[in-house]
Amino acid sequence: MIYSSTEIWGIIAALAVGTFVIRFSFLGLIGDRPMPSIVLRLLRYTPVAVLPGLVAPLVLWPAATGGQPDAVRLIAAVVALAVGLWTRQVIWAILAGFGALYMGLFVAGVL
Amino acid sequence: MTAATVKSVYWQGLRDGAPFVIVVLPFSLLFGVAATEAGLTLAQAMGFTVLVIAGASQFAALQMMVDQAGIALVLLAALAVNLRMAMYSAALVPHLGAAPLWQRALVSYLLFDQTYLVSVKAYDERPSLTVRERIAYFFGVATPVTPVWCAMTGVGVLVGATIPPAMALDFALPITFLAMVAPMLRTMAHVAAAVTSVVVALLLIGLPSGFGLLIAAGCAMAVGVLVEERT
Repeated sequence: MIYSSTEIWGIIAALAVGTFVIRFSFLGLIGDRPMPSIVLRLLRYTPVAVLPGLVAPLVLWPAATGGQPDAVRLIAAVVALAVGLWTRQVIWAILAGFGALYMGLFVAGVL
Repeated sequence: MTAATVKSVYWQGLRDGAPFVIVVLPFSLLFGVAATEAGLTLAQAMGFTVLVIAGASQFAALQMMVDQAGIALVLLAALAVNLRMAMYSAALVPHLGAAPLWQRALVSYLLFDQTYLVSVKAYDERPSLTVRERIAYFFGVATPVTPVWCAMTGVGVLVGATIPPAMALDFALPITFLAMVAPMLRTMAHVAAAVTSVVVALLLIGLPSGFGLLIAAGCAMAVGVLVEERT
């Protein structure tokens, strides 16, 4: 960690407050007043807009292999994604992803 | 309305929320493990889990910190992941808007994917519930999930250090993210947004940590709305 302990606690505090304000926004602050529909529609896409872009470089260039593409990790990522699409269940996608990862590492002789 | 029905509605919520312990448990455990890998202390990991209490954004913040992004970008990326909760908040107003402020504040603190999805389903199916019963139901749903969420991060931190590098726990975070995103890809618009996010983030990989992701997220949200309008 390049951050000091104070900075890390500052990040935690700011995230805690910011997340609460988001959750409290309509229930506590805005209430029933109407929001522009474009805002609500943009909000609908935030998770699928942020998480894939965050995860893509981690899958293609994992730090654990010195940034070199790694077949085992690529396969595990594809399996997690595919099982998640198929079952629509987070838990099965996680289990399948780890299953593929460990099977791959075992076959590759790492485990 | 009697105290007895409020109590029975609370227990109903508890029963309906209980299965989600299985979803939350490994996720929280993995956060503890990932936090240790990233160099956070037990107290800091617990601070995230108890105070922020929003898994995906905690993982996002952690990854940005590992990437040594500026603090403002760490916060922006993590809060962007949580913006969907503003929609949850808006969707609960017709059901819970008449409850006392302190109850709405407590509901807000406990408002995450599982509590929202289970509660709104029950409110839609049973419109005859009073506001007090709805609040009781919500807290019922949150009761089994919340302590497990908090405790398992601690377990993850404690066991994380004993797990050898060959177990490739570095990849716990990408797998968890993909597992969370895949079920969200319900429409063409969601798929288009996700693909845009990946392509733009990869194209802008040379920018300082976090900037590329923010631009990618903005483009992806716009693409999502545009595709939605055309389908």
